[in-house]
Amino acid sequence: MSDKSTAALAHQFDDPEQQLEASTLGMWAFLATEILFFGGMFAAYAVYRLAYPQAFAAASNHLDILLGTVNTAVLIASSLTMVLAVYSAQFAGRRAQVTFLLATLLLGTIFLSIKGVEYAHKFHEHLVPGAGFRFDGADPRHAAIFFSLYFAMTGLHALHMVIGAGLLIALTVMSWRGRFSAVYYTPVEMVALYWHFVDVIWIFLFPLLYLIGRH
Amino acid sequence: MSPVVEPIIAPENLPPRVNYLNAGYGIRSWLLTKDHKRIALLYLASITFFFFIGGAAAVLFRLELLTPQSDLLQAETYNKLFTIHGLIMVFFFLIPSIPAVLGNFLVPMMIGARDLAFPRINLLSWYIFIIGGMFTLTAIILGGVDTGWTFYTPYSTTYANTYVIITAAGVFITGFSSILTGLNFIVTIHKMRAPGMTWMRLPLFIWAQYATSLINLLGTPVLAISIFLIAIERAFRLGIFDPALGGDPVLFQHLFWFYSHPAVYIMILPAMGVISEVITCFSRKRIFGYSFIAVSSLAIAVLGFFVWGHHMFVSSQSIYAGLIFSFLSMFVAIPSAVKVFNWTATLYKGSIIYQTPLLYALGFIGLFTIGGLTGIFVATLAIDVHVHDTYFIIAHFHYIMVGGALMGYLGGLHFWWPKITGRLYPEGWARLSALIIFVGFNLTFFPQFILGYLGMPRRYAAYPDEFQVLNVMSSAGASILGIGYLIPMIYFIWSMRYGPLAGPNPWNAKGLEWTTPSPPTTENFEHKPHITEEAYAYEVKEEKVVG
Repeated sequence: MSDKSTAALAHQFDDPEQQLEASTLGMWAFLATEILFFGGMFAAYAVYRLAYPQAFAAASNHLDILLGTVNTAVLIASSLTMVLAVYSAQFAGRRAQVTFLLATLLLGTIFLSIKGVEYAHKFHEHLVPGAGFRFDGADPRHAAIFFSLYFAMTGLHALHMVIGAGLLIALTVMSWRGRFSAVYYTPVEMVALYWHFVDVIWIFLFPLLYLIGRH
Repeated sequence: MSPVVEPIIAPENLPPRVNYLNAGYGIRSWLLTKDHKRIALLYLASITFFFFIGGAAAVLFRLELLTPQSDLLQAETYNKLFTIHGLIMVFFFLIPSIPAVLGNFLVPMMIGARDLAFPRINLLSWYIFIIGGMFTLTAIILGGVDTGWTFYTPYSTTYANTYVIITAAGVFITGFSSILTGLNFIVTIHKMRAPGMTWMRLPLFIWAQYATSLINLLGTPVLAISIFLIAIERAFRLGIFDPALGGDPVLFQHLFWFYSHPAVYIMILPAMGVISEVITCFSRKRIFGYSFIAVSSLAIAVLGFFVWGHHMFVSSQSIYAGLIFSFLSMFVAIPSAVKVFNWTATLYKGSIIYQTPLLYALGFIGLFTIGGLTGIFVATLAIDVHVHDTYFIIAHFHYIMVGGALMGYLGGLHFWWPKITGRLYPEGWARLSALIIFVGFNLTFFPQFILGYLGMPRRYAAYPDEFQVLNVMSSAGASILGIGYLIPMIYFIWSMRYGPLAGPNPWNAKGLEWTTPSPPTTENFEHKPHITEEAYAYEVKEEKVVG
């Protein structure tokens, strides 16, 4: 056991505690960067929504609220399985770890598939900005901005989900090889922080994009 | 062998038999290294390469500006050249210069750590930097880009017929390299300090790196997202900034300057850290007002995020926003002046030794003061309306970025060169080139203040005849400046092989990095250091740092 923990200690650290603290701070700092990364787009959203509230509300009505709601539930469920994966990494065996990691991965994949279906619908309805864009509301130019932001924001969010799925696969392999224990579970915890962060971004995106036109 | 009698070298001056430079041979031992000192040298080589590309572009457009007509270069080529110059010098030289080279080398050594907290991420950040650089170089080779380094919309997203997306990708990717370096420094400074290295005992270079890293962490992602939005608007016609698509071009300017004004402090803060180290060492005196200098670095970093609107006084920004941004911009002068006054107070009654690094530091103080004071001019609404987009602005920010940041970088490189390589550079040549750079710099950029005030706009290949004399002066100064940069390039390379051995501490400087042999071993310290005194205890005679 102690062998395993010293093997996981990188040479620049004095003890596992320092290593865990450094990783945790590093992950939080990275998430701070991510907040500002998405923040630029939230700022753009705020500016345009204040300028064109009617166009935004009308455009928002064209999003599929049912699929959006299902996706929100799927993502929140995936955060639960992720927490359980962190718990099992510390206190349970390989089987539980792998199960919860794969469950998270599965829910993430369901989210991305539903997102893909939504994108396909928008494409067929000519709601993708560009030459083929058709919008029969009052202000198609500014509705196009709504859809530009919709695709940029959800697209970047989906990209983060894909990266998260890749990390989950790596964790599953590590967990299958029995790398995690109560002494060393840093990677699971770090990926969990990232996963929750991506989840929280969606919690903001969902009302801002799907719910603004409905009273 | 050689008939000349070899000088007898004191054994303590000999470099350690195995040090970080000869711990491994072959290209793999460099390209896969996780040693922060080797990664610093990888960065040193890369940014020097980019510096000479950016410099070559400057040579060409300064030649063009010798005559009032657009004769040597066509206007389109001229636009591409100043764009390349700005992009390369800002993103691929100045921003990484001190943090990625000197910071990488020194942050762990100054706080008594074996390495940065995340050595693999450190190597990754160099690779990201190189990939970003490749994208930008590819764009240049394919035919360049002509938007200016600011990528203003809608020109960049709709009208420019040049390689905007590839260049934008290069800048986007490189941004993550500075984010990761900043993240690494922040975690390292928080978690890896040796026992006894309290926050108030940290060298001021570390405080400066910490403040810089905060800006990198919080500012760079905003640049990344604005560049990303430009690329998708250009590629897919997603309307965000182009008014033809319903967007607002001024929004881009807000997002861009939210990062790019703090980016000025990314460039100047590390240089200020270097100057603090050099001034106190060569005055042989404790730094005056340690805590004020330390906190002023943080103050500059924080204030820097609230002044971006002063770039948009004439961009249809509301007059009230302009007033507030003008007012806030003045505040940056306070922490900057705190530093300048504390440095001069440190020099006062010091036992000054005019080594090359100090010459650069003194140059820095003078040039930074001119750059900073003209910053107050341009932060004033009424004056800015007159000098906006003229050579006055060019001169102002070159006094900060070249007169400040670059002088700090060169001073720091001379100061720590003996630690990095174990050998001394030739002092006479170094002093001469410092002088040449100072003279060349002022001759290049001081006339531009006058040109700008007389109304010569920036970014034009042609200009009225009456501006020729001042432009010729400026071009002459640029060629002197170029020679000044070539000389250190030559003697630094020379000294790696032929320079006299430096020994662990050639300047009798304080600081943990000077307690190690030169060049240091891979692990930096034989034993974990324990710190028992404040930084810069120069007046205390011959005390020892307990090993």
